[in-house]
Amino acid sequence: MYLGRTDRHEKLSTLKLTVVQYGILVMMLALTAGLWRLQVLGADNFRLLAEQNRVRKEPVLAARGKLFDRENRLVVDNYPSISCFLIREQGHAMDADLPLIARGLDLDLEQLKATLRRYRAAPGYQPVPIKQDITADEQAFVEAHRNEFPELFTIDEERRLYPRDGFASHLIGYVGEVSEEDLNNTRYAAYEPGDVVGKAGVEETYDELLRGTDGSRDVIVDSHGREMGYLRTQHAIPGQDLKLTIDNDLQRAAELALGDRNGAVVAMDPRNGEILALVSRPSFDPNAFAIRISRNEWNKLITDPDHPLMNKALQAQLAPGSTFKILMSVAGLQEGVAQDMKINCSGGWGPYGFFHHCDEKHGAVNIHNAIPYSCDTFFYMLGDKLGIDRISKYATQFGFGQKTGIDLPGEQPGLMPSAQWKLKNYHARWYPDETLDVAIGQGAVEATPLQLARIISGIASGGHMVRPHVVVPEQLPADFRKALDESFPGAGKVDIPIDPENWVTITDGMYDVTQPGYLHTAGSAHLEGIDFGGKTGTAQLMSHEALGKTAKGRSTYPNVWFVGVTPRRNPELVVAVLWQNGEFSYYPARIGAQIVSAYVEKQRRLANNLVPPKTPAPAEVGAVWSMPEPGPASRTHSKTGIQGEQSARIQSGHFFVNPPAAGTRSIESQAGCPILATSFCRGCPILATSFCRKGGKPQTSTARCFSQPACGENKTRAAGPIATWPCAAP
Amino acid sequence: MRRMLSFSDFDWPLLGMVLLLCTISVFEIYSATMHTKYSGFHTKQIFFIAGGIVAMFLFSKIDYHRLLDLVPWFYGAALLALAAVRIFGHKVLGARRWINFGHFQFQPSEWIKLILILAVARYFANLGGRRLTWTDIGKAFFLVGLPMMLVLIQPDMGTALTYTPILIAGLFLGGINLRQSLVLVVCGTALIAGAWTSGKVLKPYQKARLTSFINPDNDPRGSGYQIRQSLIAVGSGGVWGKGVAKGTQTQGDFLPIPHADFIFAAFGEEHGFVGSFLVLLLYFSILMRLIQNAQTAADLPGSLIIMGVVAVLTFQIAVNVGMVIGFMPVTGIPLPLMSYGGSSVLFTFLALGAAMNVRMRRFVN
Repeated sequence: MYLGRTDRHEKLSTLKLTVVQYGILVMMLALTAGLWRLQVLGADNFRLLAEQNRVRKEPVLAARGKLFDRENRLVVDNYPSISCFLIREQGHAMDADLPLIARGLDLDLEQLKATLRRYRAAPGYQPVPIKQDITADEQAFVEAHRNEFPELFTIDEERRLYPRDGFASHLIGYVGEVSEEDLNNTRYAAYEPGDVVGKAGVEETYDELLRGTDGSRDVIVDSHGREMGYLRTQHAIPGQDLKLTIDNDLQRAAELALGDRNGAVVAMDPRNGEILALVSRPSFDPNAFAIRISRNEWNKLITDPDHPLMNKALQAQLAPGSTFKILMSVAGLQEGVAQDMKINCSGGWGPYGFFHHCDEKHGAVNIHNAIPYSCDTFFYMLGDKLGIDRISKYATQFGFGQKTGIDLPGEQPGLMPSAQWKLKNYHARWYPDETLDVAIGQGAVEATPLQLARIISGIASGGHMVRPHVVVPEQLPADFRKALDESFPGAGKVDIPIDPENWVTITDGMYDVTQPGYLHTAGSAHLEGIDFGGKTGTAQLMSHEALGKTAKGRSTYPNVWFVGVTPRRNPELVVAVLWQNGEFSYYPARIGAQIVSAYVEKQRRLANNLVPPKTPAPAEVGAVWSMPEPGPASRTHSKTGIQGEQSARIQSGHFFVNPPAAGTRSIESQAGCPILATSFCRGCPILATSFCRKGGKPQTSTARCFSQPACGENKTRAAGPIATWPCAAP
Repeated sequence: MRRMLSFSDFDWPLLGMVLLLCTISVFEIYSATMHTKYSGFHTKQIFFIAGGIVAMFLFSKIDYHRLLDLVPWFYGAALLALAAVRIFGHKVLGARRWINFGHFQFQPSEWIKLILILAVARYFANLGGRRLTWTDIGKAFFLVGLPMMLVLIQPDMGTALTYTPILIAGLFLGGINLRQSLVLVVCGTALIAGAWTSGKVLKPYQKARLTSFINPDNDPRGSGYQIRQSLIAVGSGGVWGKGVAKGTQTQGDFLPIPHADFIFAAFGEEHGFVGSFLVLLLYFSILMRLIQNAQTAADLPGSLIIMGVVAVLTFQIAVNVGMVIGFMPVTGIPLPLMSYGGSSVLFTFLALGAAMNVRMRRFVN
């Protein structure tokens, strides 16, 4: 039995209870102080943290600008694609998930971990792209595991789609994720890890314009990463579309003509420097770079001895061989040396104790047949007469040893030796014997295909040198153009006067190169009916004697060149062809000829069969006119003849008028446009006015008084009822 | 002679404050669970509270002296129940705490609190307020320590810890002297330090949970996550709060278990410093009212019962609110009268019923 109740006066001491009360008070005060610290003093900080918790910044990726050819045909497009990202700030232990994620997304676990390591320094809210261009299956995996892997999410983006088979790949370049080295470069200051950036070609040079501006979206999420709403969306601004100077048709012709040969082709309009085609072989598939390129593929590309990633059109610096003789001819003629040279070629020349060979025994040679024969002996002697300093002066003036300033990355300057150059680099005097090698484009001379195209077409244009470019400059913002000019310095646009007589001599010589004829080096590349000139070049890899001794399995065939122009004077097109180890120089000449004929055929087709675009259609017009005196009216513009009864004063007829072309008096026919109205010009003998109605919609037309020049002003009126208006002439 | 018991002696003001807290609790549970799979828990909580009130009235009808007489039986039954949990218990998240009876789950460790309050009250009342010998203290330790060990090995450290204030209150009010308490504090500290460093008593996750509150940012993904989210919730509430159902931490599911252990954080986020302070004030008033009842109790065991209740409630409030504001580790101790949960509600109302019981009989004899 419980006994406690017996002593009911036993009580707790009030002191102890008071102590307990105060203890509780102190505890409550401490808790209140804690609340004060958090909710009053730290509120702003915690509010920020709460926002960071629930708001996730998702990028809205900008579509890259598309690339078009000079006729606005699409070259590089984008296609929609889905990328998978991983967010690290999830309050979710991710390491355990990684193997499952790797399996679900078909990723290499080590590679995934490496990707995450690379982003360790990046701010925690920044999503890590872990797989791009995921398949529908992988997307389903992400969607189905929202709860298990809240850290995964996908976004839509536009991905680059390049032409297949490496079409124009060196010119276009490719894109890829910005590398860590690039990020340290000031040029890439605005980029963040994971950004896609142009890595070569136009993609690199014009990256700033093409890339656009990424937007972003603030997504409200819960702790599982589920989207609960949007706060703010900043739309992406797509990149600028660019119009290239290349002509798809000619590019295609050039790609086909070069085939699989190791080399390069440049086709350029020498009047303005627009590159119409640019090919380098071997090629690569830029689409492989659009998603992360696999290590194997990359290794294959960079270890290939033929350097597929190298843009040989502007990076292959090789001895230009006999193509250099055009420059020699300019120097010789301008200096007044070559005009009167008449030599006898007996297969070579060796005034300094070492015999320099010529390919043939050409016999009597002067400047006129030295170019088509490509007679080394002639140019040995010319070079000897000119001396290295004068050769070097002309060569440098025309652009040897300098970049052309093309708007593509990685251009090489080539090399033009001189006495000073040798002194500076080899601390040795220039021997006159060395000049003989330089005179035929060997020795230390080096040039790129692009350089040769610019120089030789410049000479063919009477000294009008241009700056090559691949993007139509008019569409570029002014400050970008300025920056472009500064970042791609080069010989650029200059005019070097050439004596017209000399110019004719040289261009005729180049014309003869492709004419069928004994000893003409590119006679087999003759194009009937096309004014086509050029110069071949063969550059030995080593001296005649050393050849064959050290072959070591690699081809020792010489590099062969051809630079062709059409027409021979003031050309519209220049083609430079390089075929490494191509053996005979008439091979590249034939390649060049194919491209030239493709170009000429296209021009002719356009001129003959297609109406020039944007020329308004001529309208058929019925007209009645008065003729004060019969004289001027006989100068009729009618093609179909006058119909109706002839009268002394009033005549009527049927016209086909080509109205808006100012100054045009031709009247051409066009069917399908019914006549709507005619009008008179009082006081003028003839006035034909047309109001053409097409598709039910009246169009504005121009009335023109044809007979009296004084009255020749154009009057444009909106369509309406039959219109008459006075002629200003008396 | 025995005066007729009347509910006019019931502590109506105390019940009013309690019901006010319960109302706040129901609204907060509604707000915190509205978009989660727990939505609708507020109605369940209303049923729990109603059940608790009924249980409280019934409990207050039974004379506490009679309860004290029966305590040895209760105590024995509690030990058996704990042993049963050990053997037949339903394993949830690695701990055996529950016994399933069909749909009904039984968690004995909650009830043992009540039994221990009665047992400790009986034990110290029997000593009659005389000076405690070391043997008395040792027996008291054994009385509380035995069930505590059984709960600890479930493992349910949080509930086990709530038994200690009962013991401490008993010792303090039962007449421990200063020297003895100093010795106990020193021994206790040494024991805790020893248990901590030996690494055998506490599991690593328990250790991590106990330390992460000191610097939650050390491990923001793991055990510090809950503390961190709780601090963000409370802190971002500011002075006036974000408004009902507008707490981003609560609604976005960042705050863990916002209807149960972290309900005070959810409340603090939505009602700010002002609301939180008022709730604390309410708790303070309830505790003061209980102590007043202890003072007016008819006899020593009655006072000890009420003070046991005060000790448990005070401890739970301190630990839970302390956890929410980052003063205390995460222990899984619910906030009485606010956290969702049948066992917790029922215990609290029964404990209050015990206090009422004592109060109603203050004029007896």
